[in-house]
Amino acid sequence: MSDIFSLTFLVGLLSATLRVATPLVYGAMGEIISERGGVLNLGIEGTMFLGAFTGFAAAAALSNAGVAGYLWLGLAAAILAGMIMGALMGLFAVTLGVNQHVSGLGITLLCTGLALFGFRLIFGESDVLPKVTPFAQIAPLGATSPAGVVLEQYLLTYIAFLVVVPVSWWLIYRTRFGLNLRAVGENPEAADASGVSVARTRYASLVLGGALMAVGGAFLSLAQLGAFTPGIVAGRGWVCIALVIFARWHPVRGMWGALLFGGVFALQLRLQTLGLELPYELFLALPYLVTILALALAGRNVAYPGAYLKPYHRE
Amino acid sequence: MQIRIEHRPSPLWLRTLIPAIAILSTFLLTSILALLVNVNPLEAGYYFVIKPLSGRTSALEVLVKMTPLALTGVAVAFAFAGGYFNIGAEGQLYAGATAATAAGLHLHGVTPWLALPIMLAAGFVAGMAWALVPALLKVRLGIDEVVTTLLLNYVAIFGVSALLNGPWRNPVSQWPQSPDIAATAIFPRLVPRSRLHFGFLVALAVLILFWFVMRWTAFGLRMRAVGLSATAADFAGIPVPRTLLTCALVSGGIAGLAGVSEIAGIHYHLIDAISPGYGYTGIIVATLGQLSAGGIALAAFFLALIDTGAQTVSRVLGVPVYLGDVIQATLLLTTLAALLLQRYRIRVLHATSRSAEGDA
Repeated sequence: MSDIFSLTFLVGLLSATLRVATPLVYGAMGEIISERGGVLNLGIEGTMFLGAFTGFAAAAALSNAGVAGYLWLGLAAAILAGMIMGALMGLFAVTLGVNQHVSGLGITLLCTGLALFGFRLIFGESDVLPKVTPFAQIAPLGATSPAGVVLEQYLLTYIAFLVVVPVSWWLIYRTRFGLNLRAVGENPEAADASGVSVARTRYASLVLGGALMAVGGAFLSLAQLGAFTPGIVAGRGWVCIALVIFARWHPVRGMWGALLFGGVFALQLRLQTLGLELPYELFLALPYLVTILALALAGRNVAYPGAYLKPYHRE
Repeated sequence: MQIRIEHRPSPLWLRTLIPAIAILSTFLLTSILALLVNVNPLEAGYYFVIKPLSGRTSALEVLVKMTPLALTGVAVAFAFAGGYFNIGAEGQLYAGATAATAAGLHLHGVTPWLALPIMLAAGFVAGMAWALVPALLKVRLGIDEVVTTLLLNYVAIFGVSALLNGPWRNPVSQWPQSPDIAATAIFPRLVPRSRLHFGFLVALAVLILFWFVMRWTAFGLRMRAVGLSATAADFAGIPVPRTLLTCALVSGGIAGLAGVSEIAGIHYHLIDAISPGYGYTGIIVATLGQLSAGGIALAAFFLALIDTGAQTVSRVLGVPVYLGDVIQATLLLTTLAALLLQRYRIRVLHATSRSAEGDA
């Protein structure tokens, strides 16, 4: 058991934490931006799944055609799919103003169906899992020192932590769009009265949020796995929904939440390899239980955005 | 000519056409996918909704598929009607299936008159237990139930996997499936040479009970009041937390029954893939059925038809079976949109008659 405290173990744990947290950072930022405008997007799980599929399918096709930048083009295809699904959520939550819980779940079911349909259609029922050569990791500090090994990560991980989180914060708190977004999410009547288009702002946040969610999914297929499997997202979208409440709609707190979940997930992966006499499925369930626990401890009396779940129609 | 949307219900004839409008738009939208794989949408439509009902075996198979959908549909509707968003029917179904298997393994030699009620009770209690933690978190601490019920679905599925790869691994085949339950705990068949089983009657009974509770009991009234507005219900002296807790637990229990029905009626042992998402489809069923017993029965039947049809279309026309999932999800979304006709009406104004209306 002394293995747990060894440097190698710690380095592996930290490195895996950053990797596992990456898709959650994208998903949570996407959901925070959506919910700040007042719309709960339960389409997140499906949008991540469709992003993972679209990214992979496009990359596989382009790679077979010998296109060099197939991974980045695949990522672009995933982003496009995510934007479309964000706009679809907008159609239901903003334009039609129907129940956001049910329409969001409907979008998740639709995305799941579409992705599985597309996968079966393109790749058939082969026993061999189709693969693409995924994104390579980069190691700015070399791969010899412990810090260097921890920081040997995908570029998308660097972008998540060093670009997406700060930019989300900046966007929400330091730009005109962010001011409008928060106004629309807290008090749409007042925002409308002061000349802000509630519908346009909400659509913009959902489309941007959908794009980020899809990148989170595509990270799994294009970086981590180099493949697409039906269980690739496995509830990470729902974890993001929990993280957003945990983070009280703040991007930086959302990042800490993602790291916490990433840490627990990475820890259970390490514990599995220690050969404890427990079924590994119980370890797999651990991160979900910890998320519920974190929510129970930190999710009490949180102040939801004022117009959360409320459609807005000018009278 | 201009089109205006008014905030009052559409005429009755249009409102009664809502299901037809939703089904027709779903057909048109999903036809795109059929055309994409070079299949005539009308031919696919024939295999989806007409072919399954044209033969005795396949028609009964639709009722077999309808059974878990009606149960999860009522489970979801029971919660939604009270304003409790239980998205955990899938996990509660797994909990019910697990408890039914555990009970069924120990009922050798017990008369079916006793064994079947024990199976049902075990599944109901397990479903309730699985729904308990999110319900308590919601009622006591105000924690959003959507996330917690969703996350527990994954915990339930991992838990079943752990059981099947551990203590319940089949000792003979070494497959991740439990040993078979006792013969006396198996649901009797209702029709010879078909898979239609006693679980179908359970589903019908649950539908009737649901109708009765909603229509004729004080609890049903309180539940709907809480569902419409918890604040107003509280003001009227209705015990909101207790009502929500009951909704959540009964909802979980009914989802648990769906698990029992799949174990005792179809599989006779626990497997990983005991449900292909019946808990989630229950949300579609409840929405399509507008939270009413009759509506849920019809919606469950129709979705079961699509499930059965998807198998046929996949076999005969080589279209991926997931077309069924896409159709069901699309139907949910088009129904949500079409239901707006209950609240709004669309009016076409002719410029000649209403020229004084201004440029609105």
